[in-house]
Amino acid sequence: MSILTAPSEPKAQEAAPSIELTGVSKRHGDGTTGVVALQDVSLSVASGEFVCLVGASGCGKTTLLNLIAGLDRPNVGSVEVRTPSDESQATSTAMLFQDSALFPWLTVSANVELPMRLRGMEKPERRAIATDLLERVHLGGFGDKRPHELSGGMRQRVALARALAQEAGLLLMDEPFGALDAITRDLLHDELESLWLDRGFTAVFVTHNVREAARLGDRIVLLTSRPGQVAATFPVDLARPRRIDSPEIATLAATVTDQLRSEVGRHGR
Amino acid sequence: MAVDLPVTATAPSLDEAMAGLDALDGIDGPAHDRLARRMWRATWPKLVALGLILFVWQVAVWAHWKPYILQTPAAVGRELWTLLGSSLFWQACWVTAQQAVVGYLLVILVGGIVGTAVARIPVLRAGIGSLITGMQTMPSVLWYPLAIMCFGNSSAAIVLMMILGAAPAVANGFISGIDQVPPSLLRVGRILGARGLSLERHVVLPAAFPSILGGTKQGWAFAWHALMAGEFLILVNPLSLGGRVVNSVTQGDWAVVVALMIVIVVVGIVVDMAFSSVDRAVRRRYGLIDPSSS
Repeated sequence: MSILTAPSEPKAQEAAPSIELTGVSKRHGDGTTGVVALQDVSLSVASGEFVCLVGASGCGKTTLLNLIAGLDRPNVGSVEVRTPSDESQATSTAMLFQDSALFPWLTVSANVELPMRLRGMEKPERRAIATDLLERVHLGGFGDKRPHELSGGMRQRVALARALAQEAGLLLMDEPFGALDAITRDLLHDELESLWLDRGFTAVFVTHNVREAARLGDRIVLLTSRPGQVAATFPVDLARPRRIDSPEIATLAATVTDQLRSEVGRHGR
Repeated sequence: MAVDLPVTATAPSLDEAMAGLDALDGIDGPAHDRLARRMWRATWPKLVALGLILFVWQVAVWAHWKPYILQTPAAVGRELWTLLGSSLFWQACWVTAQQAVVGYLLVILVGGIVGTAVARIPVLRAGIGSLITGMQTMPSVLWYPLAIMCFGNSSAAIVLMMILGAAPAVANGFISGIDQVPPSLLRVGRILGARGLSLERHVVLPAAFPSILGGTKQGWAFAWHALMAGEFLILVNPLSLGGRVVNSVTQGDWAVVVALMIVIVVVGIVVDMAFSSVDRAVRRRYGLIDPSSS
């Protein structure tokens, strides 16, 4: 998919992996004082699929992303991230957070270049790719700025460009637009969707915002809280590009919200 | 007649909307004050303070307080002027400056390595973490006997005093800086592919840098104390600044003593100002200061 796009495109990214979680449980802390973050979670994400995880506080979503990213290990069950071609374990995962987590000591361009620098790429090559990626997220000309000189939405776009610079086939997002105003968020939805359509990476997107999930996902997975379990799955069979204010999304969001509320309501009783 | 609602037809493209939003966010850099104005604002309080000191000093002379020792500001000023014109004085400055640079570089090297190691290796921290804090409170003069025993009357002994006196402050700057690195940055560094030493090099040390700079600045003050104490006590080179002070004291040349003291204070102030300006520049780069307040 990405090979067919503009000639300025960097070399084809790693093939989009699929994810298979089987009977995963994860406990933080030990014994009686510990908290069960995830209990018996099974979830599969197809190669190139965009899955949104929705849940209230305490649904273990950050834990889940850490497990998929390989930053943590489950107590029970298995997490497998496989590339479709040779079934080998995928090597790199890109991640976006609510806080852009850009490095303040680096310029915008140097931030985007860092993952390539860590892979040992020469400066002229990575500089050129970073320039292209910044153009792609509509930030051409901002390469010499420092992160603190940008607005929150711009910083998130830089973080997106930096994630793309990893050329990973898997992008994990932990409420990346949660701290942004609604106008900026809507535009970033368009941006993210168009990048995903271009490049065909596998995406796992965690959010509290049901409409956002319906706007972006191929599938919405609803998680329960304490412990985190899969409560329901909703396919989103709507054509792209989508609009967050379309009636179809409003209808779907209402259905998901009703179920979410009944899940949350259990904790009040 | 049916009203047509061309919702998507008039909607601007993503490019246009994004550019417009960025323009509204107005990310132009802050306007800086003119240099001359900033310098004046920093300078006039110092000039007033200097005037006040000279005034009190002159009053003390007029009041005949310690009449055989205390010289008038004018006499000291004349000595200072003669001093600044003599090649021996500049030689003394050169000798001391060399000693200062060599000693201070070693202080940063030792403090940096020890600090990084203690911050990153739990066993070392448990072992010598509190020792470093304890050493920082020790006056550098107390290292004099040890320095003499190890290296005798030599500049190596002075360097040892500088390291023992100042490296703990530098090490503490590294330790507290590294401790304060946000875990989220470490996590991002790992996700981007930084491991082991490259994580230290590309994430930990740059993130800790503002605090490290604070530690090296404090380390300079301690190193300068230790250097002066060393030049007083260890008479390697009577041509150094400290050596000149000792000579002038033995000759009862009080005006020269005070003139040399002024030189030593001025060196301290100038180096401190240099550190502060580097510190400000770094904090501005890191976005740690409100641009409107500086």
